[in-house]
Amino acid sequence: MMSTAKPISIVENFEIYAPKLVDKEEFFCSGHRACQGCGEALAIRLMCKALGKDTVIANATGCMEVIATPYPATAWTLPWIHVAFPCAAAVGAGVEAGLKVLRRKGVNPDRYIKTVTIGGDGGTVDIGLQALSGAMERGHDMLYVCFDNEAYMNTGIQRSSATPFGASTTTAPAGKASIGNKTWKKNVPEIMVAHNIPYVATASPSYPIDFMNKVKKARAIQGPTYIHCLSVCPTGWRAKSEECIKLGRLAVETGVFPLYEVENGVYRLTVETPDPLRPVTDYIKAQGRFRHLTPDEIRTIQRRVNLEYRKLMNKVEHSLSWTE
Amino acid sequence: MSKRIGMEIALATAEAVALCRPDVIAAYPITPNTHIPEHLSDIVAEGRLDAEFICVESEHSAMSACAGASGTGARAFTATSSQGLLYMYEVLGIVSSMRLPVVMAIGNRAISGPINIWNDHSDIMTMRDLGWLSLFAANGQEAVDMMIQSFKIAEDAAVQLPINVNLDGFQLTHMVEALFLPDEKEVDRFLPRRKPYAALHPDHPVTMGALGMPDIFTEATKARDQALVDSRTVILKVWKEWEKQFGRRYEPIEAYKTKGADVVMLTMGSMGETAEIAVDELRRDGVPVGLLKLKLWRPFPFEEMKKAVRGVKTLIVTDRCCSLGGPGGPLAAEVRSALYAEAARPAIENALIGLGGRDVTVDDFKQMFRQAGKSKGIYEFYGVRG
Repeated sequence: MMSTAKPISIVENFEIYAPKLVDKEEFFCSGHRACQGCGEALAIRLMCKALGKDTVIANATGCMEVIATPYPATAWTLPWIHVAFPCAAAVGAGVEAGLKVLRRKGVNPDRYIKTVTIGGDGGTVDIGLQALSGAMERGHDMLYVCFDNEAYMNTGIQRSSATPFGASTTTAPAGKASIGNKTWKKNVPEIMVAHNIPYVATASPSYPIDFMNKVKKARAIQGPTYIHCLSVCPTGWRAKSEECIKLGRLAVETGVFPLYEVENGVYRLTVETPDPLRPVTDYIKAQGRFRHLTPDEIRTIQRRVNLEYRKLMNKVEHSLSWTE
Repeated sequence: MSKRIGMEIALATAEAVALCRPDVIAAYPITPNTHIPEHLSDIVAEGRLDAEFICVESEHSAMSACAGASGTGARAFTATSSQGLLYMYEVLGIVSSMRLPVVMAIGNRAISGPINIWNDHSDIMTMRDLGWLSLFAANGQEAVDMMIQSFKIAEDAAVQLPINVNLDGFQLTHMVEALFLPDEKEVDRFLPRRKPYAALHPDHPVTMGALGMPDIFTEATKARDQALVDSRTVILKVWKEWEKQFGRRYEPIEAYKTKGADVVMLTMGSMGETAEIAVDELRRDGVPVGLLKLKLWRPFPFEEMKKAVRGVKTLIVTDRCCSLGGPGGPLAAEVRSALYAEAARPAIENALIGLGGRDVTVDDFKQMFRQAGKSKGIYEFYGVRG
């Protein structure tokens, strides 16, 4: 499993460079009500630092709106708008259109402001998929970041189409007659690639520099871009709060959630994975949501992870740029 | 100078919207409003209007995009009908709660089912309690005028609420009418650029659409209700200005030959035009009847309603919508509520008419006037078979 471009090893360099590279200014401030060890809140903080001040955020309904904006308090120092659950991408599209036209007409200062829309997996891959598809297809100058914690955590860990096979959730519980969630995680980054947008990436706050670099890259592209960020939810995954970062790394090292980017159709792995991959059990055993799985069932998951990883690596090796 | 032209009302409505220089238009096709956004996209394509036209993938996204755009301080417009209005329903109350002065034209159409593309008022009635101001046009001229007035009303510093202008589907949207279309200079003089009280921009960051918990929700609701009640003053002020500048008078309830009338009928929308002819003909025959045309649906003009029916023996309230399993038509329910505490009030009859595009002719209105006082029950489906 070789990639054509050499992946950058982030972890080794992280401790040396990270403190110097990261903006000191906070745009998503402390004091919000996220659970201990929330991967999503951490990821948003990092995302904002990579985006900088000249940004407007549109937020889908979900944990982040609830924990960060209990009126009259707000954790946001960036301009921020929340409307409803399914329509964040459409709200973002309207923000982008409004900012563009007001700048053109001289109502706003002549300065580029980036529109960024964020949502959880439910607000992105299920109820928000139509609005997302529309916004991406129309070519709005907007970065959309999905913070995927693999279930409807805000409403109490119900299954979404991003929930992995075999996970127990409150609407797809494991029981004598059920393995829990019976379907394989919907591959939304691939659906975004199919929209022929200039930039799609997967990311994780466990690899902060990789994530922030991707956010910066997407920010610089004037067009629709998409980042799918795996955000560990210790509460919903039935895991220890202090293991949030570790679980994010295990997801990458086991090949369950490889970190890659697709620029104008060209796939590139951005964080190297061990060869061979770590066994999925390392990832699964640390999470209560998979507690009920039998060795046979885990082997089924391992086979699927191997297959998906191979499919991805084929793309990394063979994909061609559509701009050339 | 205003120019008198013959034009399909939907197209004239679009021309009126364009005169208001909207910054962002987001719309999704649905009969019978579609000619409005279609024509606006023509105007943008011709370079006559500098606006972002977003071909959204649904009405839910149309209203959401309008919310986002309006949040940046842009002037945002959309149009829809029937199922489209229901599809964006979730966002409607949020837009008013966030005090975003989005303007919407509604080409009124029946709600399915059975599926029906023709005109009645069942669509708009579903959103009567969501904090939008709501105007009803009786003809093309009113549609054009109200479209322009609505931006000024909605964006007034004391209002900052969304507004809809209702045009009966087909009966208005697809009708060619001779009307006065104001010119750009006149509209620019009447309607200044929007001045938002807050806008999404990093130079003055703001959190819009925060979570309202039980300790604040009642206060937020009261504030929004009060804003609607208070908007009445602004609506009347804007209508006075309009009359002064353009010479056409608007009032919440327009009275037609009600002087000395024993029986008075109340209509909303285009049916008022037909009912006028019935009143003329009955008056010629010496029957003392009159007509009230409601133009302001939200905020509901309670005081004007009380005044308008003073001395009337029977009031026939027509409704183009049925509140299924409820008190008949929503308009009649409102009128009864407005008049309940009055010492002297007319007998109120409620005729449900023109549902799903059913024609209501001059003879039908005359028949309803003649039947006054004979109504059984609190409401009746006029002309229903079986």
